[in-house]
Amino acid sequence: MRKSLLAALFLGATSMITPAMAADLRIGLQEDPDVLDPDQSRTFVGRIVYASLCDKLVDITPDLEIIPQLATGWSWSDDGLTLTMDLRDDVTFHDGTAFDAEAVKANIDRSQNLPESRRKSEVKNIQSVEVTGPHQVQFKLKGPDATLLAQFADRSGMMLSPTAAAAAGVDLGAKPICSGPFKFVERIAQDRIVLEKFADYWNAGAINFDKVTFLPIPDTTVRLANLRSGDLDMLERLAATDAASVKGDGSLQYEEAVSLGYQGITINVGNGDRANNPIGQDAKIREAFSLSLDRDAINQVVFEGAFAPGNQPYPPTSPWYDKDHPVPARDVEKAKALLKEAGFDSLDVEVQVANNPVQTQLMQVVQSMAGEAGFNVELKSMEFASLLSDQSAGNYQASQIGWSGRVDPDGNIHQFVTCEGGINDSKYCNPEIDALLDEARTSTDLEIRKEKYDAARDILNADMPLIYLYHVTWIWALSDKLEGFKPYPDGMIRLENVKFK
Amino acid sequence: MTVAADIPTAGPEDQPRSGNRAWKKLKANKSAYVGFLLVVFFVSIAILAPVLPIADPTATDWGAIRNGPSAAHWLGTDELGRDILSRMIWGAQASLLAGVVSVLIAVSIGVPFGLISGYFGGWIDQIISRATDALLATPFLILAIALAAFLGPSLTNAMIAIGLSAMPIFIRLTRGEVLAVKMEDYVEGAHAIGLSTPMLLMRYILPNVFAPILVQATLTIATAIIAEASLSFLGLGQQPPAPSWGSMLNVAKNFMTQAPWMAMWPGIAIFLVVLGFNLLGDGLRDALDPRET
Amino acid sequence: MLSFIARRLVIAIPTIFLVSVFVFFLQKLLPGDPALVLAGEERDPETLAFIREKYHLNEPILLQYFYWVSGMLRGDFGISLRTNQPVLELIGEKLPVTIQLAVMAMMIAMIIGIPAGILSAVKKGTAVDYAANFVALSGLSIPNFWLGIMLIMLVSVHLGWLPASGYESPFVDPIRSLETMIMPAFVLGTALAATLMRHTRSAMLGVLRADYVRTARAKGLREKVVVLKHAFRNALLPIVTLSALLFGELLAGAVLTEQIFTIPGFGKLIVDAVFTRDYAVVQGVVMCTAVGFILMNLVADALYFLLNPRMRTAL
Repeated sequence: MRKSLLAALFLGATSMITPAMAADLRIGLQEDPDVLDPDQSRTFVGRIVYASLCDKLVDITPDLEIIPQLATGWSWSDDGLTLTMDLRDDVTFHDGTAFDAEAVKANIDRSQNLPESRRKSEVKNIQSVEVTGPHQVQFKLKGPDATLLAQFADRSGMMLSPTAAAAAGVDLGAKPICSGPFKFVERIAQDRIVLEKFADYWNAGAINFDKVTFLPIPDTTVRLANLRSGDLDMLERLAATDAASVKGDGSLQYEEAVSLGYQGITINVGNGDRANNPIGQDAKIREAFSLSLDRDAINQVVFEGAFAPGNQPYPPTSPWYDKDHPVPARDVEKAKALLKEAGFDSLDVEVQVANNPVQTQLMQVVQSMAGEAGFNVELKSMEFASLLSDQSAGNYQASQIGWSGRVDPDGNIHQFVTCEGGINDSKYCNPEIDALLDEARTSTDLEIRKEKYDAARDILNADMPLIYLYHVTWIWALSDKLEGFKPYPDGMIRLENVKFK
Repeated sequence: MTVAADIPTAGPEDQPRSGNRAWKKLKANKSAYVGFLLVVFFVSIAILAPVLPIADPTATDWGAIRNGPSAAHWLGTDELGRDILSRMIWGAQASLLAGVVSVLIAVSIGVPFGLISGYFGGWIDQIISRATDALLATPFLILAIALAAFLGPSLTNAMIAIGLSAMPIFIRLTRGEVLAVKMEDYVEGAHAIGLSTPMLLMRYILPNVFAPILVQATLTIATAIIAEASLSFLGLGQQPPAPSWGSMLNVAKNFMTQAPWMAMWPGIAIFLVVLGFNLLGDGLRDALDPRET
Repeated sequence: MLSFIARRLVIAIPTIFLVSVFVFFLQKLLPGDPALVLAGEERDPETLAFIREKYHLNEPILLQYFYWVSGMLRGDFGISLRTNQPVLELIGEKLPVTIQLAVMAMMIAMIIGIPAGILSAVKKGTAVDYAANFVALSGLSIPNFWLGIMLIMLVSVHLGWLPASGYESPFVDPIRSLETMIMPAFVLGTALAATLMRHTRSAMLGVLRADYVRTARAKGLREKVVVLKHAFRNALLPIVTLSALLFGELLAGAVLTEQIFTIPGFGKLIVDAVFTRDYAVVQGVVMCTAVGFILMNLVADALYFLLNPRMRTAL
């Protein structure tokens, strides 16, 4: 007994020393990720871990340009139905399996056919994958698809070791084997995910840490306290209200990037009986609601000005943003007039909101602003799980919800407003919009795409099934010992060229 | 919850005078008196909330967000510039209501079940007792969380959830008391002269189990207030913009460094009112205990 | 003795059955579709259908109950819908954490509660007694989670003495393990200390009135010896039994404490599972706690029965 205690003490002493010697990075996450299998995973936070664990076919720059990662280059056939990709020939997976064209084929097959796959809709346009050389593949598509490369820059493009995937099947998440800069060591749910440096990484020179530990710490205050005390080296999603204190702290660094996603209020315009009410039926009333809100003030009050006010699915800084429809200034008089025009002096609206303090604070501000224009907003605070199912079933009038955002603009709009869109909870349906957005996703010509999206925006701004409010800014706080970190609008943490000073 | 075990039974011969004497004993007990005063204080501000000269608890002021205590706002303002003092006072209403209503729910369901179970015995007793055991085997707060999640987040639902979770203690307590009283001669005598069962329960048994239930109820109000605060803290209780101490804490924890006062006042208030009920409950127990006369 | 235990076990079986019924149907009544939570942001209809089928979400509820219970009897508690980990594995991973927390909290509670109880019994009616009682009641009245937040702010954020969150196994790094656990254990221990103190006090009061203590005093033994050697020893029995019972309450208390201090234990597991509609985990954890609670009760009763001759004749 005494012996083992001594041994434990000794072990303890050594592990206290190690952090100083090896380059161990500790990152605080806001949530505990779900399954660590890129084909099955569904959370934003999981993707942060993948950024260190799994390489993708392509990556993005901070300006959202698609750049090579496991693919060295690619070209489209003239009809837009074939994508030919050349692959790196110096890549091995963490289990020693070589990365090649067959591996790509196996991975796409898994994304399409694993029954548990959450990637099916992202890769359903791929007819077949043909191995045209040891390190060259051709993707044959069912129709032209401008969004495919952006999908390859995310979970659908993450390459798993085909041998490991075949052996583990659906249980791969217990020990994911990819080809990224770090390999999986262990995971204790709700406590930590530990990765260690992969010595045979193709870009090992850019990697400066021996070990990376991700620690889910949901409470923002506690997460920041851990960073301040040195128990963390870096954290993601700093609360906007803590930004000032981090900026004023000489031992911390502050980094931010406006996200690709949005937050807003989805209105039930055609999803069952509960759409049959004035705000669901009359676009003028929705416009009045939108005009009653001071988006700048919301941003100041709730987020101390750290986020980006918005009125479209893309932030105003995005190249896809339609400048003909700028963020509207608050106009209570006009809002009242519109409401009056629709036949109301005042109107009751029930908005459901997730029961977390930040979203409820947001909606209380909205409630009070809209109140001045004649809207009696009743907040229905719900757990997120219930909110989602009520929203999907049409059991709501209006619902405060957001979207984490995708690299390609299609991902922020198509599924929300097209008649058959998978997440079209508002059940807005307009054949014109369907046609425009379908064309936008098939063209590879950026200008044509922009034209189509702008045309759709003209209609959507008039019909307003979604009232966009703001765009989250991803905020990272880092110890000043670190250098080389680059913020990306997708919110990921890329550790290439990040190191301790 | 374990305190249920050592609550005394008032003997029947004490009944006529015990109320008076108990009150005297209670007043002589200093700590119980402090508890009584605390409870009276919070109950009065909760009742007087609508007439007190305080700000509207839901009136926002975006020019005064998270301001510290000042002459205009004695306890400071919250994340939407609302006056914390007036939210505290209105919050007292929510917290006390939650404590009292949930215990009323627990008592009004638990006591009849306990009476039936203890008086009739047999298979009815077996079923009720096993169900009580099963409920007691699930930790109180976990049961309340699950129930509150099932009913949906609101103050009313939190009260129901807490009431149902606290109910088994009252079943068990009442049943035990009934078993003890049933053996007394006067009850058997009453039975012998042909008094109907409901009459018997109402006339002889209920008054005898009243004292321990009152003590337990007072102590359970204390537990229930903390439980409501816990549920609200998890977002399952009082919903904004209406205030409750627990939901104020839920928001305050995000501003611990910038606005520590937001978390301080509700915590202190919960502490004081719960302390009050605990002191009062203890005092009641001593006052109603026939053994220590 | 054996028949006593056997009888209690027989009673425990329908109780456990009823717990399983409660847990299962309460879960099924929870609003919110787990398939929607599981399908991810995109909520692909094909995926939704697959998930509903895979987890039997479309089948009659009685059949679902049957699947669950028969699985449990085979030792299969199902898998977490969120992380794909087997529930039994999760429980095995989290239980030791919470037990460590509970044991430490119990130790802190005993260190504070028992001496305070003895002291206030010996000094009954004096200022010391009142003070001890007041402190104990304060411990009972402070909301755990609030105390936790305040301690984090003071000790971790302002003073920087202890980590604000996290967990380390004592077998890996005992010092760090103590550092991370001491604050939550203290928070959890305060309420318990109060209960222990009050029971120690009343047990001691009973014993101090007993004849053998009077005899000891009459023999001229020093008060210290009388109190510690004669009285306390006899008062210990109810205290020990109570401690066993309090373990159940510790588990419940751990729910919020673990949430505040981000400790990956049982309490955090279940709260997160309720919110993410991770059915299998909620069911498994509640079943486990309930069975544990029933067993602890049985142990406490058996202990009492075994150690207390009066009880034995009474039965």
